[in-house]
Amino acid sequence: MVVVEVEGVSKRFRRQTVQPFTTVKTAFVDFVLRRQHPERDPTYQALRDISLTVRQGEVVGLIGRNGSGKSTLLRLLTGIYRPDSGKISVHGRVGALLELGAGFHPEFSGRENIFINGIVLGLSKRDIRQRFDAIVRFAELEEFIDEPVKTYSSGMSTRLGFSVAVHAEPDILFIDEVLAVGDEAFRQKCFEKIDDFRGRNKTIILVSHDLGAIERWCNEVLWLEEGTLRERGMPRRVIDLYRQSITTQQAADSVAEHHRIESEVYQNATAETGQRWGSREIEILSVAMRHTSGQESYVYLSGEATRVVMHYRVHRPVSNAVFGIAILRGDGILCYGTNTDIDGLSLPDLGDEGEVEICLERLDLMTGTYVLDVAAHAVDGYPYDYHHGLYSFAVKSDLQDSGISRIPHAWVIKPFMAVS
Amino acid sequence: MTTIFRELFAYRVLIQTLVMRDLKGRYRGSALGLLWTLLNPLLYMAIYALVFSVYMRMEIEHYAVFLLSGLLPWIWFSSSLLMGTTSIIEGGSLIKKVFLPPQVLPTVTVIANFVNFLLSLPLLFGLLLLFGVTPGWALLVIPVVMTAQFALVLGLTLVVSATSVRYRDIPPILGHLLTFWFFLTPIIYPITQAPARFRSLLFLNPVTPFCLAYQEAILYNKLASFEVFGAMIGIGVCALVAGVVVFGWFRWSFAEEV
Repeated sequence: MVVVEVEGVSKRFRRQTVQPFTTVKTAFVDFVLRRQHPERDPTYQALRDISLTVRQGEVVGLIGRNGSGKSTLLRLLTGIYRPDSGKISVHGRVGALLELGAGFHPEFSGRENIFINGIVLGLSKRDIRQRFDAIVRFAELEEFIDEPVKTYSSGMSTRLGFSVAVHAEPDILFIDEVLAVGDEAFRQKCFEKIDDFRGRNKTIILVSHDLGAIERWCNEVLWLEEGTLRERGMPRRVIDLYRQSITTQQAADSVAEHHRIESEVYQNATAETGQRWGSREIEILSVAMRHTSGQESYVYLSGEATRVVMHYRVHRPVSNAVFGIAILRGDGILCYGTNTDIDGLSLPDLGDEGEVEICLERLDLMTGTYVLDVAAHAVDGYPYDYHHGLYSFAVKSDLQDSGISRIPHAWVIKPFMAVS
Repeated sequence: MTTIFRELFAYRVLIQTLVMRDLKGRYRGSALGLLWTLLNPLLYMAIYALVFSVYMRMEIEHYAVFLLSGLLPWIWFSSSLLMGTTSIIEGGSLIKKVFLPPQVLPTVTVIANFVNFLLSLPLLFGLLLLFGVTPGWALLVIPVVMTAQFALVLGLTLVVSATSVRYRDIPPILGHLLTFWFFLTPIIYPITQAPARFRSLLFLNPVTPFCLAYQEAILYNKLASFEVFGAMIGIGVCALVAGVVVFGWFRWSFAEEV
């Protein structure tokens, strides 16, 4: 049985430049002065032509980056927003937990809010009275139930909201990223409740950035991107695609960021700054990090190879040039540094212009952001062109080991067996 | 058009709960409880009686009773409007995070203030007895006046609560406006005191016929004229229609703007 049906739903929002509201005064002054506000599109599209169906008993996960429209979609399903076009039908009693704090009146006590919320969720007063103790116990709020909700911490009000919502026994439960708050014990209880719901053939739509939880709970995952449905299907597949897309996006962003910095550096090519100095007999025109495939990239997996390519120009030939690189951690710790002199290289005639490339066979670094310094200098250290703290790259790793560098290693375990 | 009322009906249990909560909140934590509600009009009454009956020697029979019969309905009217303006903004999280028809909130304000008004009526009748005025059968018309006034108050409260979400300076503006409005309504003075050529001006004020009807029925055991009744009902219906229409314009923006 289909319980949620969404057909071609779109939603636009008014752009709220500074604040969502205005004042009569402003409106009046604008009118009197016949002031027109700059005619830029005052709306933006939060959701575009979304269609989906959810059957009873399904657990559907919504994933996507911030601002992709996940929360908007849940609000539309709940009836809080009205779609600009398209049709939404939801069959069954709905319980919703949207963002932190649930729907509470801040001035009212926890007790009063349980009643209000319960009625909104479709319970009668008698139902609520019967379940009241269970709700309070589940939320672990026995001591504070008569305090106004505005005095609650975000964890407390989320607990209360979750508790009321699940005890209202809705047919369909919408949950928006609320499991992120609350301590481990409470999360555990929530998971048990959700499991219980699944077991009783209830429908759940879950928004979360916790991809592990999504994969664990859901039968189906929907991936929203910029207000459109990018992909839907088996959790494993959609989540993998989503992760890949994030990595690709980050890589592209990092290349763009590198180029932005580069163009800034070369606009003030002759300026002496704290980040660039030297007499420029040799000038480093550009620096790029490339994958082994040749693709420029500033995001690497730990252990991947990279090539650092420096494009130079010789303004006045010198005989004692050295090219060097250094990799520093974000906090300034030098992870590794070397140069052509240390490695015993004698440079050929450099010509007028050319490239120096160093291949780093394994970037065995921990997850983090690193700084790449490059330099051309004389053997005695006299700087020709020194670039310090300008370029950065990221290293990602699935492993949880710690430190600066991953030292290649292997474990051997030999219990001494007692001779019996 | 009628959706707004159908939803109110569907949420009547919630409205009842919220009204009870509102009233309890007002009277809780003070032994004097209800007395506080009565104290406010009593103080006003004492001060106006002092100024107008004693200092300025206005010749009005039973001035205190006269004053209260206009003042109590006015308090219902003005506090509903004033509290109603912020009702949706304050209940924001109820509108943003759960599906609650927003008109529930201003309606609760109006009903709570109405109940408050009813609770303060014994004061008025006590005073009547004290002054030896025997109320007559004309009192039977009061429920009709109240119904019409309820429509007026609800309609206007819907308008101000909805518009305040976008225009955040409406609550303070309304505060000042209500002060002027109070003096332009024949509450502290009888309408007959106003020079004849200004009287039609007083009738531009939609609250005027209500005050007259209360005063006539309570003080003089008289029915207000047919015109006054027509005006009250017309004003009530118009205000309600305006409230529903304006609320309908703004309603779907609340969740986004509150």
